[in-house]
Order: sequence, then C-alpha cells, then structure tokens
Amino acid sequence: MNDTNLSIFGVFSLLSVLAIGGGTAVLPEMKSLVIGGHHWLTDDQFRDIYGLGQVAPGPNMLMVLVIGYHVSGYLGALLAFIGFFLPASLISLGASRLWDHFEGSPWRQSLQMGMAPLVIGLMAAGTIAIARTAIEGATTVVLAIVVFLGIWFVKKINPALFILASGAFGFFALQ
Amino acid sequence: MIAPASTGTERPARVGLVDIFVTFLIIGATSFGGGVVAYLRNSLVIKKGWLDEERFLSALEIAQTLPGLNATNMSVIVGDRLRGPIGAFIAFLGMTLPGATLVMVLGVLYAAHSDNPAVNAALVGVGAASVGMLTAVTLQIGRKQFGSVIDVAIIVVTIVMVSYFHLSLLVVLFTVGPVAVFLYRPKAPAKVAGTDVTETRPVDPSSASASPNSDAAKASGHE
Repeated sequence: MNDTNLSIFGVFSLLSVLAIGGGTAVLPEMKSLVIGGHHWLTDDQFRDIYGLGQVAPGPNMLMVLVIGYHVSGYLGALLAFIGFFLPASLISLGASRLWDHFEGSPWRQSLQMGMAPLVIGLMAAGTIAIARTAIEGATTVVLAIVVFLGIWFVKKINPALFILASGAFGFFALQ
Repeated sequence: MIAPASTGTERPARVGLVDIFVTFLIIGATSFGGGVVAYLRNSLVIKKGWLDEERFLSALEIAQTLPGLNATNMSVIVGDRLRGPIGAFIAFLGMTLPGATLVMVLGVLYAAHSDNPAVNAALVGVGAASVGMLTAVTLQIGRKQFGSVIDVAIIVVTIVMVSYFHLSLLVVLFTVGPVAVFLYRPKAPAKVAGTDVTETRPVDPSSASASPNSDAAKASGHE
C-alpha cells in the first residue's frame, strides 16, 4: 500500500470516528481535509461528487467511494469505504452492548440532551459547507429555495424526486 | 420468517441471515433523502416485528449518539441483536450494497465525463437542490431545540466555530461537547439559571467551560 492509499484510509477513518451526528455533520471537516489538506479534489469536483451521492439510495455518504476512486482507482474506493464505515460500525457494535449497562444512568440523558443541539449546529455547518460550493448565482439560489419550500410544505413527495428534477432542470437550463 | 411470536420471551425467534440480508437490502435500495429512520421503523418494527417500538427507539438513540451514519449504525446494532456480529455484518452489507453499487457506477461514468458541460450542469442543479434539502432536514430535526435558549446558544456557537473560524471538528467536539453535556448534567438547575450565562458568553469555549461552575454555585445558592 503506497502513501496515497494509506492517507485515504487514514483520512476516512478519522472522519468515521468524528462523525457524531452523521454524515452531514462531518462535511466541513471532510471538505477541508480532501480539498485543502490533500488537494485531492477541487471545490467543483467536491460539489459534483456530493451530488452523485444524493442521487443514490441508502446511507447518504456513499460518495466517499467516488472520492477514493477519484484519488486512487478501485482500491482507493474500497479503502475510503472501509475507512469511513468500519470504525464507526465497530464502535456501534461494542457500545450497543455496553449501552444497556447504563440504563437508568442520569448521565445518559444528559449526554443525549447536550449532544442534540451540538449535532444540529454541525448539520447546519455541513449545509453551509455544501452551499459554499453549490450556490453560484441567482438560479441556484432560487432552485435551493424552491426545493426547500417543496420538501417543507409538500410532505407527500419523496425528496429524491426534487433532487432528480433539479438535476434535469440543470441539464436543460444551466448549460 | 414464520416465527411463533406468542411465547412472550425476551429472546426473539432466530431470524435467518438471508432474511436479514434481503430486508436490509430492500431498505438500502428504497430509502432516500435522509429519511432512513422512517423506512427502518416501517420495515423492522411494523412489517417484520423484529423489534418492538421501545427497542427500536433505544437502538436509534444509540445510533444517533455514536459516530457514524444512522442508517449503517442501525443496521449494525439491529443485525447484532438478531444474530450477533455475523448478523451485523450481513445487515450492513445489505444496507450499503444497492447505493454503493449505483454510486460507484455513477462515479466511474463521472470520471470519464467530468468535462462534459451537460453533466456539470445537471450536477450544479443537484447541488443546489441538496442545499435546500439539507436545510429542510436540519430545521426539521432541530425543531425541538429551537425553543430553548441554551440549545440555540450551543447551535450558534457550533456554527460559528466550524463555518466562520474553520476550527477542526475534533476541537469543536471536545470543547462544545463537554460544556453542552455539563449544562444538562443530572439534577442541575441549568434550565433555570444557566440561561443568562449561555446567552452572554458562549463564544469563547474556554470561558464557557469555566462559567457553569460559578453559575451552578449561584443557582444552588438561590434555591
């Protein structure tokens, strides 16, 4: 394994352990490591690859595969995937068995109540990080607002449809 | 699986690995846009009956508190409860396989066509839409928190530290985290007395971590 592959594994393992609050919460750190720290991607590429991940079903951070692939081919993709999912999964496995031992501990409640707003703050920061790469010009602002209002007020429509429709809109109107 | 659920014992009937794999594969292939919790609940609690509501919520509680994505953490925790580590692995695979395959195909196509203006234009549209979606999801999840002054202060401090000062996530977690948990420490009168303090000096984490002490002392003095 060469240095680049090792770095891919290292970066995504670190992100895995830090991903308290899920994928969106870790986006600013991912952006700064992947773009600023290692120069693996440009801002626009990061936005594009994040967009690819949004089109796919399941966990919303599978885009780490594409980042790994971009840096170092299929091996890179595999290492990014294992790095990003293995540490957190092992922690879940161990902690869920321990968790029951703390049933009734008042600190468990404190932990949850304290971490909840921190996670919201991190998610907001993640949204800002994506906005900084994805919002360029009036059309994208309007599109973001329309999708927000659509998801917020029309609960019956699957959010994925808004994402796909926006991709189609971009394809025809933003070239 | 046809299992006699009437025994009423703590241990659920042994669930087949194939059943676990297929169930999570379907969730992984059909859940979109961060709404995975609803899909999980519908499938695991309502359709399969592998967990009751209470066990589901306690698993979700763990998945959300720990690092990692809700979707994959839930697959690991539920898979482990059903069939141990093998079950966890199988559930995780099912959960990630459909999306990973599609993302990988798209990624390879993207690598070959990344200069194509049509591809870029479509992804600009998707990116802008994602901002709208993330905003909606964040506001929806945070609805409960926006009513509390302490919570809003923690949210604002976190955003400023990450988005404005670009502090590393490690630093943010280890400064804001302990302070936030301390503000909600067991039986502390934080709700009543902590309000002023978090409002006036939440920006500097070092002073914020020092302040709850004196505040707690004051608060207990009042009572």
